[in-house]
Amino acid sequence: MGMTITQKILAAHAGLDKVEPGQLIMANVDLVLGNDITSPVAIREFKRMGAKRVFDKKKVVLVPDHFTPNKDIKSAEQCKVIREFARDMEIENYFEVGQMGIEHALIPEKGLVVPGDVVIGADSHTCTYGALGAFSTGVGSTDMAAAMATGQAWFKVPEAIKFVLKGRLNKWVSGKDVILHIIGMIGVDGALYQSMEFTGEGMASLSMDDRFTIANMAIEAGAKNGIFEVDDKTLEYVKEHSTKEYKIYKADEDAEYSKVFEIDLSSIPLTVAFPHLPSNTKTFDEIGDIPIDQVVIGSCTNGRLSDLRIAAQILKGHKVHPRVRTIVIPATQRIYLEAMREGLLEIFIEAGAVVSTPTCGPCLGGHMGILAKGERAVATTNRNFVGRMGHVDSEVYLASPAVAAASAITGKISSPEEVVG
Amino acid sequence: MIRGKAIKYGNNIDTDVIIPARYLNTADPKELAAHCMEDIDPEFKNKVQPGDIMVAGTNFGCGSSREHAPIAIKASGISCIIAETFARIFYRNAINIGLPIMECPEAARDIKDGDQVAVDLTTGEIANLTTGKTYKAAPFPPFMQELIKAGGLVEYVKERMGTQE
Repeated sequence: MGMTITQKILAAHAGLDKVEPGQLIMANVDLVLGNDITSPVAIREFKRMGAKRVFDKKKVVLVPDHFTPNKDIKSAEQCKVIREFARDMEIENYFEVGQMGIEHALIPEKGLVVPGDVVIGADSHTCTYGALGAFSTGVGSTDMAAAMATGQAWFKVPEAIKFVLKGRLNKWVSGKDVILHIIGMIGVDGALYQSMEFTGEGMASLSMDDRFTIANMAIEAGAKNGIFEVDDKTLEYVKEHSTKEYKIYKADEDAEYSKVFEIDLSSIPLTVAFPHLPSNTKTFDEIGDIPIDQVVIGSCTNGRLSDLRIAAQILKGHKVHPRVRTIVIPATQRIYLEAMREGLLEIFIEAGAVVSTPTCGPCLGGHMGILAKGERAVATTNRNFVGRMGHVDSEVYLASPAVAAASAITGKISSPEEVVG
Repeated sequence: MIRGKAIKYGNNIDTDVIIPARYLNTADPKELAAHCMEDIDPEFKNKVQPGDIMVAGTNFGCGSSREHAPIAIKASGISCIIAETFARIFYRNAINIGLPIMECPEAARDIKDGDQVAVDLTTGEIANLTTGKTYKAAPFPPFMQELIKAGGLVEYVKERMGTQE
């Protein structure tokens, strides 16, 4: 029996010729990542392990992005712990506010991940880098601590579900709709403990940003990782962003998959996930009138330049609905700067939206847009669990930047066609 | 042998309800425990007794990677979690910090809130003392047993690394 892409990467990093699903292995990691929520716990455990230094100063990445710029005194103290640790350990990839961006947008942009890498991060959306043909997965703080100390992590080799993409997306339909559609189809535990492997001729029509969005939400189907086959677009992205050596792994022809889905991209409609699970998806023929109070366009899922461009395209010349607080958060400083140069920020501000410095803030109910009791938000983020963006009786509807921007204008969940045709 | 009363929840209990992000500006176990399960069960912190056993459906601990979730549950006094299935990051976090967990769909479905439950971690036997019914969870693979025996990943790494100079 052959191996999947993920199995091959894991085997290579464990020094094995072959691995089987279910096998427990110790693998070398190429990058270990943490943020301001998870790193303080990891640093505490790292010290408890008796570790004196990190295994490689170049391979540890610390990004204070969740409650930053520091939202309160306790958050400031947590960030201070990370800053001092980064200084003591001479960690090269520590990104202070001003350099900082949302980790999963920042790290590919900085060229820190390339195809064939094994990456673990103490953040569940670490699976984002699967878009680059890397094995990347979220872990906890103790795993992060152990990997910082030893350069290794333990894994159970996953089975995989294969998604064969064909066709092209229709107008306004994006990577966000693809992944929401898939999660709606297989459920929030539909890929539990497994890899989601994306391949097929339809892949070519998906931008790298679309692929990042799709891989990003693999965790929302319970997956260990989401991974795309490497193609010309991947390599173009890698050449533009990184000088690191990469390795392309292809699945064996006789690789075994627990399931295979054929996805016709042209059949995917605009999709919105209703509270309180990402799998609770609906399409516009079943949505009806749902008034909203807030729109958030940003996050590690949809805060990239192409997301802001789409939102600006829809908001241009319009005003946001007076009832709707519209918050736009470019995911990194570079995206922020580009958006400014392209005039996107002006469009947002003219429309009556606010533009924030990069932060995860509202996505996890941290700061910069918390919901009150009974309020509803349309967000381009990734989770709509109970209380996720604020009060336990508030609601989050997950959607693409196009739907979010259209909804900001109309004041209810709306398709872009209602606004711009 | 662990013994305690069951506190039961449903499917897809996510880490945001186990410990909401608004409390993640601290990593102190006691402070986290004070808000454990608050958004889904405000009474949890009053009813939980040391040794109690949490029982849940499928995909327990889905969502964020925050280790604060199993830390909060452990610091609340919960001695073991029995679920139909666990989300994978929660699963490894629980093993890594030494919070016993068991995947046993039948027991997770049958046990009712308030039942007295006994668990033998070494054999994987689960007994519902209220109904007299017994169950068997699949044993952990040897590597995980080693981790658990060492007392979690910190101790395991400590043993392997020796003292770094």
